[in-house]
Amino acid sequence: MSFLTIVQIILFIGLVGASFFVAFRKFKEIYDNIMLGKPEHINTTLGFRIKNMLLIALGQKKMFKLTFAALLHMVIYVSFVITQIELIEIFIDGLVGSHRILYHAFENIPFLHTLYVVVINFIEVLSLLTFFVTILFILRRTTFKVERFQKPELKGWPWRDALTILAFELILISFIFLMNGADSALHIKEHGEGYGFILSGFFGSMLTGLPNLSLELLEKLGWWGHLCMVMTFLVYLPYSKHLHIMLAFPNTFFSRPEAKGEIHNMPAIQHEVQSMLDPSFVVPATDGEIKFGAKDVYDLSWKSLLDAYTCTECGRCTAACPANQTGKKLSPRKIMMDTRDRMEDISKGKKEHGPDFADNKSLLGDYITGEELRACTTCNACVEECPVNISPLSIIIELRRNLIMEASDSPTEWNNIFANLENNQAPWQFSPSDRLNWTEELN
Amino acid sequence: MGKNKINQLSLSHHFIINQIKTMQYKVPVMSDLVAEGKTPDVIFWVGCAGSFDQRAQRVTIAFTKILNQLNINFAVLGTEEACTGDPARRAGNEFVFQMLAQQNIATMNTYGVKKIITTCPHCFNTIKNEYPALGGNYEVLHHSTYLQGLINDGKLKVEGGAFKGKRITYHDSCYLGRANEIYEAPRSVIEALDADLIEINKCRTTGLCCGAGGGQMFKEDEPGNKRINVERTEQLIEVYPDVIAVACPFCNTMITDGVKGENKQDDVKVLDIAELVAQANSY
Ligand code: SF4
Ligand code: SF4
Repeated sequence: MSFLTIVQIILFIGLVGASFFVAFRKFKEIYDNIMLGKPEHINTTLGFRIKNMLLIALGQKKMFKLTFAALLHMVIYVSFVITQIELIEIFIDGLVGSHRILYHAFENIPFLHTLYVVVINFIEVLSLLTFFVTILFILRRTTFKVERFQKPELKGWPWRDALTILAFELILISFIFLMNGADSALHIKEHGEGYGFILSGFFGSMLTGLPNLSLELLEKLGWWGHLCMVMTFLVYLPYSKHLHIMLAFPNTFFSRPEAKGEIHNMPAIQHEVQSMLDPSFVVPATDGEIKFGAKDVYDLSWKSLLDAYTCTECGRCTAACPANQTGKKLSPRKIMMDTRDRMEDISKGKKEHGPDFADNKSLLGDYITGEELRACTTCNACVEECPVNISPLSIIIELRRNLIMEASDSPTEWNNIFANLENNQAPWQFSPSDRLNWTEELN
Repeated sequence: MGKNKINQLSLSHHFIINQIKTMQYKVPVMSDLVAEGKTPDVIFWVGCAGSFDQRAQRVTIAFTKILNQLNINFAVLGTEEACTGDPARRAGNEFVFQMLAQQNIATMNTYGVKKIITTCPHCFNTIKNEYPALGGNYEVLHHSTYLQGLINDGKLKVEGGAFKGKRITYHDSCYLGRANEIYEAPRSVIEALDADLIEINKCRTTGLCCGAGGGQMFKEDEPGNKRINVERTEQLIEVYPDVIAVACPFCNTMITDGVKGENKQDDVKVLDIAELVAQANSY
């Protein structure tokens, strides 16, 4: 083994090891953040969970409400998954200092050889398609001005995040073709023919005029470039909305089974009221202190926190939201992004100032305002639209509960209906004894 | 134009089945029945809007007539019915919700209520999905599903009557549609009228809210550039319907206001599916 190969192996192990270490630390932090949420039991069978995960995360069923966008997204997604196969070979080559170890191992086994060539061809064709789709996606955000990508919550970092990943994609694909193209050229020069890769073979045939050393350097550049992009992506992923490529799976796995119209019960308040109505009822000691909904992220269910990290920022929820469509401040996507931002801000604070870090901020008030919360009609359009089964409405309801019961921040009209409901059992000021007045007009 | 035609048609129709019209409609009240030692098969849950709101009262009356005409053994809770608590819970006031819900459940469990029908999707959703956690377990039907069942079983015959061939579009109520995935029942009732059911672009899962849910009915809109009911009404009248059919008292109010705002109240009627059936049959 040459000195250069050993250096490359060391570089490879260092790069991959460091990337995995850094990424793992961040993933662990996210996991810890989610686990700080309140317990929620999701009462579903394993079959239900797997079915949801396969249909919605893997099969992207809900994406297909917008067929064109779904097809484009599917191309990128399939290509992303398939390209990982090529990564297997890159990893082995990197670790043992070999060159196209699988190709050479399969060279004399006709079936496996054909399979190898077919797979690489498949990857290349998909990659080329993805290249064009990526350009379309960039245009969709910058030139076509699709409305759901123009909302205020996407300004700044989320905007850069979306474009950064798209740029990554273009660079990554370029490196793949550089690697395979230069390698094909070398193969052609040596054996008179390429590996059988149609696309990169074609590029390669145009490069055969270059000296071998240049071709080897180009191949190395493509190989390392590809690897570096993959590792950068891995480290970048947990900071990005692209985290959804992973979290879509657990998030759909843990889909809530209830009818969308159902709002979760608050047993502590149920018991409190029960003891008021029936003095013999003893409030269970396990209730503890009554929490009035959610003021901050950790008052939310872990599922809502997982929702927040899973959000793709696609804005389908916001596009469907009646409040947002009519110019109200509420945007369900912003609710999800704020929840995630709040968790990230707390993590950052803890890292800088120790585990007891507390700022005088909270999700309710400093990130999400009462005005936004009050605009929600609880129509479930956002929940229905979300391609990864997120419920912005659950968070809205929990924050509203705090706003009304804890902060007593309620519009006068609502205070009036609360009073009417308490006194007359109806939202309006009618006496309960008038409930049958309508019958007078029956005959 | 629409209105006059409907009136003309229903007038002639009216004449033929005049006998049925002379029926004396009754509203049995649960406490009276119990005093007489009788048990109803179903409770008609009227709801606050159905009891007090003038527009919704007409829906309550229409549905009561249908129940009477079919000799259904039903009762209302009358003065013992309280708001289900839906607006309180959705506005965020769990205490008020719990008080109302527990009171209703106590009432119904004392009476041994098994089956409930309601003309309000909000009452339907709350009793069906949220009362079980508090010990209230009943079979709950929205009147669209109930009417669909009666039609399918041949118990309820719907004469096309005034609505035959009319352009009717249906506005999905959020609490019936997305919240409980009931999309077809109200449509099948409309289809039984021999009417031309016209779907707008944003229907079923993508139907836009009327703007009333989540306690919005009872307060001013937050600052914005349009009212939700106006936006929704514009989508609905785009298909030039003679009738906008609804299945929720709150949608009814919101869309009726929207139609008035567009000055289209002479051309477009907003009617609940119970009213459609009752009017078609000249009850
Ligand atoms: S439930 Fe609320 S946030 Fe979601 S779409 Fe409806 S109004 Fe908007
Ligand atoms: S909540 Fe769902 S629909 Fe809304 S932006 Fe996030 S992923 Fe998209």
